[in-house]
Amino acid sequence: MSDRLTHLKELESESIYVIREVAAQFEKPALLFSGGKDSIVMAHLAYKAFYPATIPFPFVHIDTGHNFEETITYRDDLVKKTGVKLIVGSVQESIDAGRAVEETGYNASRNKLQTVTLLDTLEKYKFDAALGGARRDEEKARAKERFFSHRDEFGQWDPKNQRPELWNIFNGKKQLGEHFRIFPLSNWTELDVWQYILQENIELPSLYYTHEREVFERDGVWLAYYPFMQLKPTEEIVRKRIRCRTIGDITCTGVTISEAHSLEDIIDEIASSRVTERGGRSDDKRSEAAMEDRKKAGYF
Amino acid sequence: MSGYLDMELLRFTTAGSVDDGKSTLIGRLLYDSKSIFEDQMEAVKAASERLGNEEVNLALLTDGLRAEREQGITIDVAYRYFATPKRKFIISDTPGHIEYTRNMVTGASTADAAIILVDARNGIIEQTKRHSYVASLLRLDYVVLAVNKMDLVDFSEEVFNKIKTEYTAIAEKLNLKNVIYIPISARDGDNVVNASDKTPWYEGQPLLSLLESLPVKESLEKLKARFPVQYVIRPQSDEFHDYRAYAGRLASGRVKVGDKVTILPSYTESTIKAIDEADKSLEEAYAPQSVAIRLNDNVDVSRGDMIVKSDELPRVDAHISLLVCWLNHRPLSIGAKYIIRHTTDEVFGFIKDVYYKVNINELENVIGDKVVKMNDIAHIKIKTSKPLKHDLYAENRITGSLVIIDEATFETVGAGMIVDSLEEQTYVI
Repeated sequence: MSDRLTHLKELESESIYVIREVAAQFEKPALLFSGGKDSIVMAHLAYKAFYPATIPFPFVHIDTGHNFEETITYRDDLVKKTGVKLIVGSVQESIDAGRAVEETGYNASRNKLQTVTLLDTLEKYKFDAALGGARRDEEKARAKERFFSHRDEFGQWDPKNQRPELWNIFNGKKQLGEHFRIFPLSNWTELDVWQYILQENIELPSLYYTHEREVFERDGVWLAYYPFMQLKPTEEIVRKRIRCRTIGDITCTGVTISEAHSLEDIIDEIASSRVTERGGRSDDKRSEAAMEDRKKAGYF
Repeated sequence: MSGYLDMELLRFTTAGSVDDGKSTLIGRLLYDSKSIFEDQMEAVKAASERLGNEEVNLALLTDGLRAEREQGITIDVAYRYFATPKRKFIISDTPGHIEYTRNMVTGASTADAAIILVDARNGIIEQTKRHSYVASLLRLDYVVLAVNKMDLVDFSEEVFNKIKTEYTAIAEKLNLKNVIYIPISARDGDNVVNASDKTPWYEGQPLLSLLESLPVKESLEKLKARFPVQYVIRPQSDEFHDYRAYAGRLASGRVKVGDKVTILPSYTESTIKAIDEADKSLEEAYAPQSVAIRLNDNVDVSRGDMIVKSDELPRVDAHISLLVCWLNHRPLSIGAKYIIRHTTDEVFGFIKDVYYKVNINELENVIGDKVVKMNDIAHIKIKTSKPLKHDLYAENRITGSLVIIDEATFETVGAGMIVDSLEEQTYVI
């Protein structure tokens, strides 16, 4: 092997640099932890960035109340292992307090409601930087994101007026009440994330591997069935061997029919896949600019 | 499988004027390297139809914002990713309009190479010069001049050679060292991923093979070692009671255990006791690795300091000459105080003077005009509140660059590349 870093090593090094920059530049950062693979990789990078010290900021989980139980178990184990503080923002509480209104109908999802809870939680604990695992390759609006993404006092993103980001110099200066979203995985692709998980031997929730589950098909996407979901008359619950390619709120996380047992299987599956991982996310299919609109309002 | 795990990374930027087919080229690279997925393609097809395009408009793949799709223009730097079995690529796609020099500078600042597109029918135009100037200013190692729309000039060797000759003169003037010329048709894919049978006179590689084989980052490790201290790791646990490490990303060069080092600005000397990468200890580290360095002596080191090898000291000075690209709609203000961010260091700086502005369309220096507005490039002099531990940008892109931040709005208003003061400098166009 030559002296040069592999692409994974270089991406890791860049992300660790960004995470350390956050710890140095902000007074009260937090890591947004969803239990998905990207935030698990973020937690791993944060661990490496500060070892042997403990990660110097808490994890924040925005709980929609519609989580896969495996996600919650994994989250609690990780918190115990790393010794970080966990703060949970509850969408249910936002609904109960009248801050958010539950969607109704077949496609009801709490995904969009997370924005309210997220902004309330950031405000309540006075967090000035929120680290997230979003990647630019995920979605076309995200392709325009900065590593250090400025949000005004309403939590809004203004894509036409972003701070230029040059070389590896990050400007996290802000006025009172404003905050930053930080995306250390900006330059990673889905495949990079999986290759890194394999390289670092990172443990994942079992949901990512093949298992049997009750599912139903809607608009060409398989969704996991839970009793709180409303089925259309034509939709039918069947048992299939599936795995999750992304993990989010149950109501909008499409699952993949798959027999992938191992990380190697998953990487092969993704490398030959012809659909993006967000292709199964019904939250993005609402309109062509669905993600852009949610991000402007303060979404992840 | 293992082939996937040790790919190299190449970052390149693309520049072209509005109708040169830049987005089409990127779309083509992504499409032909199978980096576009079915759902993305379907979305693009649907959008193309709605906008009344007869063919699938690959440009819609890269224009992510609503306003961009509506106006058919690119507003901001967009980042795109694709990989071949040999390399992973990061494209910073920058808009070509006149008013967006700042985006081009931003996109080029992290790139190893630039692809500059010209329309074979129009040849070298003002914007080509501007793009080339930016590539030269930002010191990109390679420039690929992609002569596009060759299908519209019957794949004429004569047309291609004429453009090549004309550009060679510009490249010489701008001191561009490695320029590669490729005749392509982004729309039809000629010489993009596969060699075209319509250009038998062209003996070079198609674009993708070229991008797969450009040497990258070799030079970074050969430079003098520079380690800007980012963060001090001090665990509060009993087990690691005496642990104290300086975390950072090696900006250039390599360091190994036992190296004699000097900490700046204090000029304290010590030796490297250990190089840690999380729970692993390394014998040696090289740029651009993120590590944590422990020293043999108990010395005072904090964020903003720089650890270097004792026989390779950088310049340490508070009087700095810069080529600056102004990024903000509020013009540069001579005499005003700004925040200067350089590596992990932050100081205040006064703008002392504007020596000249660069007319990047004519590639001429303009002396006497001291009004520096957004998208202007100027040679300025600043004085900082503390000396900066730096190198010239021509020697080191990390320790030779800085950003200027407005003290009131906190916006990033200027991108500076450190040059010799006017009296000594050789880089004058």
